[in-house]
Amino acid sequence: MARILLILTLVFGMAGAGTAGEDGSGLWPDIPKATGEPHPEGNEWWRKNHPKLLLHDRDLTMRQGERQVQASLKSCFECHAVKDEAGNYATYENGQNFCRVCHDFVAVKVDCFMCHRSTPDGVDESALEAFTTPPAMPKGRGPDSIIAYLERLERVPLASADAGTEAGQ
Amino acid sequence: MSCDRSDKPERGAELSRRDLLRSGAAVATLTLAPGVTLMAFGGSPADAAGRADAGKRWGLLIDVSRCDPDCDACVTACQVENGWKDEGNPETDAQWIRKVTLKNRDTGRKVSMPVMCQHCEKPPCVDVCPTGASFKRVDGIVLVDKHICIGCRYCMMACPFKARSFIHEKHVNQKSWAPRGKGTVESCTLCVHRVDTGRIPACVEACEATGNRAIIFGDLKDPNSEISKRVAEYSSIALRADLDLNPGVRYSNL
Repeated sequence: MARILLILTLVFGMAGAGTAGEDGSGLWPDIPKATGEPHPEGNEWWRKNHPKLLLHDRDLTMRQGERQVQASLKSCFECHAVKDEAGNYATYENGQNFCRVCHDFVAVKVDCFMCHRSTPDGVDESALEAFTTPPAMPKGRGPDSIIAYLERLERVPLASADAGTEAGQ
Repeated sequence: MSCDRSDKPERGAELSRRDLLRSGAAVATLTLAPGVTLMAFGGSPADAAGRADAGKRWGLLIDVSRCDPDCDACVTACQVENGWKDEGNPETDAQWIRKVTLKNRDTGRKVSMPVMCQHCEKPPCVDVCPTGASFKRVDGIVLVDKHICIGCRYCMMACPFKARSFIHEKHVNQKSWAPRGKGTVESCTLCVHRVDTGRIPACVEACEATGNRAIIFGDLKDPNSEISKRVAEYSSIALRADLDLNPGVRYSNL
């Protein structure tokens, strides 16, 4: 009985620590540290409520012209902009981006950054985006593969290719 | 992140209290039933300055005779302010504002003038929008809410001034005050981010800086504003006046 209790304690203890999210166990996302004063409401509250705040305040700004809002993407970046190892700001294309770290973990894709910039004003994003763009497909594998295939056919006519196969056998 | 959770305040209460304090509004509340509250916001003048004000109607008066055909300072200023530019594809490029040359066939008189969203009182783009993304603020500025724009482009077809453009390609380096992204429609915002913070639109500022002073910005509802005095005293026209849209942008000496 004591052993079972011990195991249960361990299991729930770990789960409890895991929920905290900052136990360094590797099971939870490694949330980048922010600069500036911590939110008085606490991190747990913000994790739960930031979508509501952003939605509410975006409508206030967009529709009613209220620009002194509490929650705006722009003000998030004041403390939550993350830099990668190279010292560049992590755009939303970069997995180290503050938003991405948790959103990737919970498999939620946000579309904010289809229109909004994902770094503070003044940062040149084009260079950072190019850095994370996957390299172009090698010739013959990408959208040009039909042309490459037809070129191959022209170089090696079908008849001789067939002959080669027969000789091989 | 470092945050001491032990001194968490009462979150809901804290938030709403802060919201109210931030808005600076005097609030009268009336409790109808437990949990049901009516709130009436009375505002000070300072409070109203930060919000779209139904008592105003922002507009432009463009004096065509003062507009230099070789000058495109307003277009350049708009591009810099709002982060759009010619990408070399005239058919798909964004055009928030463009210089248009008109020639009277009978007299040969040729004039140049900027044309942008005319911020109609009865905007056709708003009429046709299926999602409510195209809307008019209470102060008369017509905008696209890109959060709910589905990119159907009905508004582009409805607009008699060709003022709107569709974003065909992915963009980066947007200005934080002018978000724009692939798949949505956009147009002149009358620099709403500047107006809301007590500044004049970028095109007006640039035109003034050139010394031409062809564009005047102001409140059409305020009879004492310069723009109201001028439209009251001198002849000015609305483009496509036959459509009875009452645009906020008017042209004189056309």
